[in-house]
Amino acid sequence: MSLNRRELLGGAAALTTAGLLPRVAFAADAIKLGSILDKSGPFDAYGKPMDMATRLAVAEINEAGGLLGREVEIFAYDTQSDMALYSQYGQQLTRQDKVDVVHGGILSASREAIRQTMRKSKTLYFYNVLYEGGVCDRNIFINGVTPAQQVEALVPYAMNNSGKKVYILAADYNYGQITARWIEKFVRDNGGEVVGTDFFPLDVSDFGSTIAKVQTAAPDLVIAPLVGGAHLSFFRQWAAAGMKDKIALASTTLGVGNEHKVLTPEEGNGIMCAYNYSQELDTPENAAFKERWAAMFDGDQSMHEIAVSHYHGLHTWAEGVRTAGTIDRDAVIEALETGISITGPGGKVTVDPKTHHAVLDVHLMEMRDQKMNVIETLPQRQPIDTQAVCDLSANPDDNTQYEIEI
Amino acid sequence: MARTALQDVLLTLVVSALLIWIMPMLIGTYTLTVLVIYGMLGLSLGLIWGFGGILCFGQAAFFGLGAYTYAIAAINIGESTLPMLLAVLVPAIFAALLGAMMFYGRLTDVYLGVITLVVTLILFKFVNSTAGPQYVIGKARLGGFNGIPGFQTLNVPGDPGAYIWGDPYYYVCAVALVIVFLLVTWLLRSSFGRIALGIRENEVRMGLMGYDVAARKTVMFAIGAAIAGLAGALFANWGEIVTPSLFSLGQSAEIIIWCIVGGLGTRIGPIIGAAGLAYLKFLLGQQSLIDNTLITGLILVLFVLFLPKGLAPAIAALFRAVFGRTRRKPDARRMRRARHG
Amino acid sequence: MDLTFVIIVETLYAVASLVLISAGLAVVFGMMKVINLAHGEFMMMGGYVTITAVGLGVNVFVAMLVIAPLVVGLIGLVVERLVIRHLYGRLVDTMLATWGLSLVFIGLATMIFGNTTTGISTPITGFAVGNYQINGYNFFIIVVSIVLVIGIYAVLRGTRAGLIARGAMQRSDMAAALGYSPDRIYMATFFCGSALSGLAGAVLAPLVGLVPTSGGAYIAKAFITVIAGGPALIAGLVSSATSFGVVSQVFTFAISPVFGEVALLVLAVILLRAMPQGITGRLFKGKL
Repeated sequence: MSLNRRELLGGAAALTTAGLLPRVAFAADAIKLGSILDKSGPFDAYGKPMDMATRLAVAEINEAGGLLGREVEIFAYDTQSDMALYSQYGQQLTRQDKVDVVHGGILSASREAIRQTMRKSKTLYFYNVLYEGGVCDRNIFINGVTPAQQVEALVPYAMNNSGKKVYILAADYNYGQITARWIEKFVRDNGGEVVGTDFFPLDVSDFGSTIAKVQTAAPDLVIAPLVGGAHLSFFRQWAAAGMKDKIALASTTLGVGNEHKVLTPEEGNGIMCAYNYSQELDTPENAAFKERWAAMFDGDQSMHEIAVSHYHGLHTWAEGVRTAGTIDRDAVIEALETGISITGPGGKVTVDPKTHHAVLDVHLMEMRDQKMNVIETLPQRQPIDTQAVCDLSANPDDNTQYEIEI
Repeated sequence: MARTALQDVLLTLVVSALLIWIMPMLIGTYTLTVLVIYGMLGLSLGLIWGFGGILCFGQAAFFGLGAYTYAIAAINIGESTLPMLLAVLVPAIFAALLGAMMFYGRLTDVYLGVITLVVTLILFKFVNSTAGPQYVIGKARLGGFNGIPGFQTLNVPGDPGAYIWGDPYYYVCAVALVIVFLLVTWLLRSSFGRIALGIRENEVRMGLMGYDVAARKTVMFAIGAAIAGLAGALFANWGEIVTPSLFSLGQSAEIIIWCIVGGLGTRIGPIIGAAGLAYLKFLLGQQSLIDNTLITGLILVLFVLFLPKGLAPAIAALFRAVFGRTRRKPDARRMRRARHG
Repeated sequence: MDLTFVIIVETLYAVASLVLISAGLAVVFGMMKVINLAHGEFMMMGGYVTITAVGLGVNVFVAMLVIAPLVVGLIGLVVERLVIRHLYGRLVDTMLATWGLSLVFIGLATMIFGNTTTGISTPITGFAVGNYQINGYNFFIIVVSIVLVIGIYAVLRGTRAGLIARGAMQRSDMAAALGYSPDRIYMATFFCGSALSGLAGAVLAPLVGLVPTSGGAYIAKAFITVIAGGPALIAGLVSSATSFGVVSQVFTFAISPVFGEVALLVLAVILLRAMPQGITGRLFKGKL
C-alpha cells in the first residue's frame, strides 16, 4: 500500500514538473525565458494562442541553433486569470528561477502587477499586447498597437465609407476611455462630429436600450472599442435588431481574440477594423508562419492579433540578444535601442528607441465570412501617442504610465 | 473547554513560532506572505460564520474595501501608519452600518447571504466603472477595472523612506496573523464569545434571556470585517496594486470555500483551508497538461463528498486515532447548526 | 411615440429574460432548498448544445426548445445521482459542490469547444417601428417565458405529479409518509430544473457571445431574483422579475446600463430589508 502511494505521489510530482523541464540535461547553460500568461479562466481565449506563439517562436530559435550557441528554455506559468497570481509568479520568475527575460501579461492590470517587480530585479520585460499606450519605462519593451496608431488609420477610412456623424460605444476601463478620446480627436480632425459616447463595464451584456439610444442620435457610423465575451453580445444584438444594413460599424478590438469567428457571417460582415495582423494577410511570411503553426499544433489555426505580436516580441528580443552578443540586460536594451527590425507575419516591426514601443504596419480590414480581409496596408506607423509624452533617451530613469492629454 | 486559556496561548505561540521559522525553508517568503494574508481573510469569515452563525457571501467586500482604503489613503498621505488604521476602521464601520440594517431587520439565513452578496456586487460594479478621470479621491484616481497601482507601501511608522518589504514583510504579516488569532481566541473565551455561541445555537432563547441579539451580531460582524480589512491592507502592500477583482463574486466564493474545506467552527480550519487552497492554485499554475479550472472544480466536488467536515476536524480525528487519546467529540448538533448558518 | 413602444418592448424583454434565467434555479431551490451554483453553467451548456445541434443540421427551434432542455436535463440527472443526492439537507455543502461542478463544466467546455465557437444568428429578423429598428427575437423570448410560466402553473395545478410536487414542497416528510419517495421526487425536480436552465441558455444563445465562462454572468442575477421572490414558486418568480426588470430598464434608459444594474441591486437590498422572507413571504401568501 505504501508503495502504491509513493508511486502515486511520484507520478503527481512528475505531472507537475513535466511541463516545466522538458530538457533537464541542457538546463545548466540554457538561456531562461519566463512566460506568464492566462492559460485558463475567462482570459484564456487570449492567453492560449499567446502561449502557443511562445512555444513556436522558441522552437524556431532553438532549431536555428539557439542564441549565442545556447538553448532557450521556457519557464511557463499559468496565471488562471487571477491578478494575485501575476504578482506571485513574477516573484517566482525573478527570485527563484532567475530568468533572463520575461514575456507576458495580457490585461493592463496584469502588466502593472509585475512591471515594478521586473524593474526592481533588473529583469528585461516584454509586454506584447495591444493596449492603451503611455507606459514609459526603460526596462520594458512593448510592441502591441497603441490607440493612435490604430485609430489614426481606422477613423478616416471608416468615415469615408459611411459619413460624418459618429457614435462611440467603448468599454469602461482605461483602454476604452483613452481610445474613445483618440477617436473623438481624429473624427474632429477629419471634419466629422461625435454625436454620442457611452461606456460599458466589461460585464454588461444587454445592449437593447443602447441600440435604441443610438438610433435616436441617428449617426452614420458607430465605432465600438468593446472588450471581452460579454461585449460580444452587442454585435449579435445589433445584427438581430436589423441595424447592420442601416448604420456602419467599426471596432478597434473586435477580432483581437478571434472574436470574428464567434460571430456568424451575417453578424460580422462589413465591420471595419485596423490591426497589425490578420490571418488573411497575403504575404510569404504569413503563409510560412501559418504553416509552421499548423505543423507544430496539429493543424490548429488559432493565431490572432496579440498572439502574433507576442511572436514578434520574442523574435525582436532574440534579435536584440544576437546583436548584443550577450544576454546581459543593459547590453540587450542598448542593442534594441539601436532600432532593431524584424519582419514577421504582420509585416516589419521596428523598435522605437525613444519610447520602447514599436513602429509597425497597420492594416485596414473588413470582416467578411468570418475572415478579416485586408483592404489596405499603411506601412510603418509611429506610436505617436506615447511619443508625445515619453522620451527614454532624454529621461532614462522615467517609470510612469502617462495618460496622454489630447 | 479542554485546555485552559494559558495553555491555549502558549500552544499557539510555540506552534506559530515554529511554523514562522520552518516554512520559509519550504516555500518562498513572497508566496508565503500571501498565504498568511489569505489565512487571515479565511479566519475573518471563520469567526463570523463558524462562531457567529452569520453566513456572509460578501466577505470579499470588506477585503476589497480594506485594500482600496489603504491604497487611496496611502497615495494621499504618503505614509503608511494612518492608512493601515483606516483600512481596519472603514470596513468595520461599513460592516457595522450594514449589519445594523440587516440584523435589526431580523434578516437571517440565506436572505442574509443574498444581501451581503448584493452589496458586494454593488461595490464591484461601482469600482469597476470608475475608469473615467472624474473619479478621484484626493490625489488618487480610482482607475476602474485596471485598479490603482503605485501607492506608498508599508514603512516603519514615522519614517516614509524605510520600507518594510521582502522577508521582513513576511514576518510582519505572520506576527499580525498570530496576534489576530490570539485576539480571536480571547474573544471566543470572553463572555461576549460565549453569548455569541449561544446566539448561534438558539437566537430566540438568547433574546428571551435578555441579550440584545441584533447588537451583538452587529458587533461580531464588524469585528470580522475589521480583520478582513486588515488582510486587505496587507494584501495591497504585498501586491502593490489593488484591482476590483478583490471585490468580485469569485473572491467571495473562494473565502467561503476555504472555510468549508478547512473546517467550519474551528479557529485554525479556515486558515489551513485558505493557505492550502491558495498554495494548490499556485502549484497548479506550473503545470500545463490539464485545464486548471477543471482540476480545481474536481477537488472541490470530491472534498464535499468525502471529507464534508473539512480538513481541521479530519486531521484532529487522525491525530486522536494515532495517539489513541479519546476526547469528547464535538457536539453533532452544534456542528450542524454552524454549517447551515 | 415610437420610442415609447421601443422602451415598453425592451422592458417586457428584460422581465421575460429574468424569468427565463431564474426559472430553473427557482424550481430547484423552491422544491429542494438546494442552491445550484452551477446554474449558469447549465445555461452555458444549453447554448453549446443548441449550437452543436444547429451545426449538425437540426432546425434551430427544435434545437433550442427540445434538444437543449433534454440534453441538459440528462446532464442534470447524472449530476444529481452522482453528487447532489448525497448532500440533501446540507445547504452549504451543496453550494460548495455545485460551485466545484461549475468549474468542472467550464473546464470541460473549454476542452471540448475551445474559446472560439461560432454562434448562431437569431432566427427572427428585426423590423421597423417608425424610425426605430427593433429586435424581433425579443418577442420570441417574451412568448417563451409566458408559455413557460403558464406551463409550470398548469403542471403544478393540473397534474397528479404537480400535486405530489406541491405536497413535497410544503411537507416533504408527510409526502414521504404517504408513500412518495422523496428521492424520486428530488430526482425528477432536478431534471426539470436543469432542463429549464438548458432551455434558458439555448433561447438566449443567439443574443449573447457564448464562451465557456459565460455562465457566471447569470448566476448572481438569477439567485437574487429567486430569493427576493420568496417561497411561492410562480408568484415569487413573476413578481420579483417584474419589479427588477422594470426598475433596471427605467434607470438604463434614463441614465445608463450601469445605473440600471445598480438600481436592480439596490432594489434587491430594499426589498429584502422590507420583506425579509421575500416578496411572497409577505404578499400573495399561499399562492403558487
